[in-house]
Amino acid sequence: MTTDVAVPPALPPGPPGGGARPRSRFSVPGGTALGVGSAVLYLSLIVLIPLAVVAWRSVDQGPGYFWRAVTTPDAWAALTLTVGASILVALINLVMGTIIAWVLVRDRFPGKAVVDTLIDLPFALPTIVAGLVLLSLYGPESPLGLNLAYSRAGVVLALLFVTLPFVVRTVQPVLLELDKEMEQAAASLGASPFQTFRRIILPNLVPAMLSGTALAFTRSIAEFGSTVLISGNLPFKTQVAAVNIFSQIEGDNTTGAAAISTVLLVVALVALVSLDLLQRWGSRRG
Amino acid sequence: MAIEVRDVNKSFGTTPVLRDVSIDVESGSLTALLGPSGGGKSTLLRVIAGLEQPDTGTVRISGVDATRLAPQRRNVGFVFQHYAAFKHLTVFRNVAFGLEIRKRPKDEIRKRVMELLELVHLEQMADRYPSQLSGGQRQRMALARALAVEPEVLLLDEPFGALDAQVRKELRTWLRRLHDEVHVTTVFVTHDQEEAIEVADTIVVLADGEVEQVGSPAEVYDNPANPFVMRFLGPVTEIGGSLVRPHDIEISTEPVEGGTAATVSRVVRLGFEVRVELQVEGRDAWVQVTRGFADQLALKSGDVVSVRPTPGARSLVLATV
Ligand SMILES: Nc1ncnc2c1ncn2[C@@H]1O[C@H](COP(=O)(O)OP(=O)(O)O)[C@@H](O)[C@H]1O
Repeated sequence: MTTDVAVPPALPPGPPGGGARPRSRFSVPGGTALGVGSAVLYLSLIVLIPLAVVAWRSVDQGPGYFWRAVTTPDAWAALTLTVGASILVALINLVMGTIIAWVLVRDRFPGKAVVDTLIDLPFALPTIVAGLVLLSLYGPESPLGLNLAYSRAGVVLALLFVTLPFVVRTVQPVLLELDKEMEQAAASLGASPFQTFRRIILPNLVPAMLSGTALAFTRSIAEFGSTVLISGNLPFKTQVAAVNIFSQIEGDNTTGAAAISTVLLVVALVALVSLDLLQRWGSRRG
Repeated sequence: MAIEVRDVNKSFGTTPVLRDVSIDVESGSLTALLGPSGGGKSTLLRVIAGLEQPDTGTVRISGVDATRLAPQRRNVGFVFQHYAAFKHLTVFRNVAFGLEIRKRPKDEIRKRVMELLELVHLEQMADRYPSQLSGGQRQRMALARALAVEPEVLLLDEPFGALDAQVRKELRTWLRRLHDEVHVTTVFVTHDQEEAIEVADTIVVLADGEVEQVGSPAEVYDNPANPFVMRFLGPVTEIGGSLVRPHDIEISTEPVEGGTAATVSRVVRLGFEVRVELQVEGRDAWVQVTRGFADQLALKSGDVVSVRPTPGARSLVLATV
């Protein structure tokens, strides 16, 4: 494994009034090599090698088998349901998560600290417990009179519940750190509150909003525990991909399970990479 | 008058920060709000800009009552100590911001922004982002951004406060020259009396939320209204129950009329200047003399001398508090 140590470029002499800052921070070369080395090793053991094994297993009976495994009617239905529901969930999170973060940072109301703590609950709760809670709230015996059990709406609800914290928790710190004086400067330059929001605040939040959304999406396509109870696992209707994988394994079809897993993996990677590209493009164009 | 502030009071919680503040700022002037930290200078500036609401009192800008006007409608340019750069926009777009909001034609914006960037010597930096600029450059960008909308008054809140000493000195001189070119009524906040004296044509001394004195730099330095202002604007020492500038004291080896006897405790040579430390009537005092003069008197510690304020000293001699 090679570790390149970046040599800081020589700085051109600055103009009067203080030159431009160096673009990159100087780092201790030895420390960097060691740091990069252990990070790569760790990532390889924990993430890369297991993922590679999954991908490898999925094609060990040839690409034709892979394709058939993925396109069996129940697998395909589970995949499209999962990706579709996850897109919907990600978009709802994008909007609602940003609004919640905004309210938590900018508004004052009694019980704010409690609400702030509650946001993390979906992370803290074992997902199967979350599923149980949702089933008792929105199941056949719903005290609210709202029965979403065994429906796709129930799946979406469960996914919304477990992915709630992502956008809130990525946007919140950025909003907290946002320089209030930027907004005041915009106001004194004549910008209305709405113009200030659109031209100053929003562009500064977009990177955090997008990465929170990407996390919510990727978490959502892999979700198992919270959906398993409320969805009822009806193939072709409410069975999500992770549950489908599980039943394939139970049916001793590990190659098929690996194939579906690989598809989920690729979808997640495509989502992360394209959001990253979008952000780079956005920051370049300003 | 470009700005008239009348009887402004402002408290944060129960702490009064401005008390019955009234000031006039003449059109085209360059005024410094000078005073110790926490004295309410920034708050006063923000009240003028509409970024804070006064509890009582009025603010008029160019004769129009602006007390209840939103900051957007005051036509005031504001420059913040920490630049408040729009991080996601290039230097060009930062400066263009106010004009874009006003929906000026594209060509006009481009022309005006390039003119301003030239004025602040950033024409090479138009396509950079604020994070790629030094502190001094960011502050010049912020200044260009504020000037772009042709404000009636330009307000600068400790504009050089976050910069290192060298850049600060350069920018100070540059601000003075810029003002001579642009002539926009300018008010800046500083706690540095040297900066106020060097740059401003009028100084407003503000302490503890109250205006202590208003005048030209020479007036406030030479005729301070009270001991506080005298102490704040330059070095002082006490002789014969009076507060005197150390360079306005005569020292002689012979007793002189109206003189007070003093014992030399130390002679410190600081290059051209010599600082003679004295015991006068049991209290410490000091006198600043030139090196030639000190050599002539051949002062050394233990000498008994006679000191008195220079007759007709330009410093106002005050009873000590
Ligand atoms: N938004 C605010 N909330 C509460 N206190 C404030 C606020 N702004 C300023 N103060 C207080 O008001 C006093 C005057 O502050 P300021 O106007 O910044 O003084 P200066 O500019 O002279 O240093 C300080 O004691 C400061 O802590």
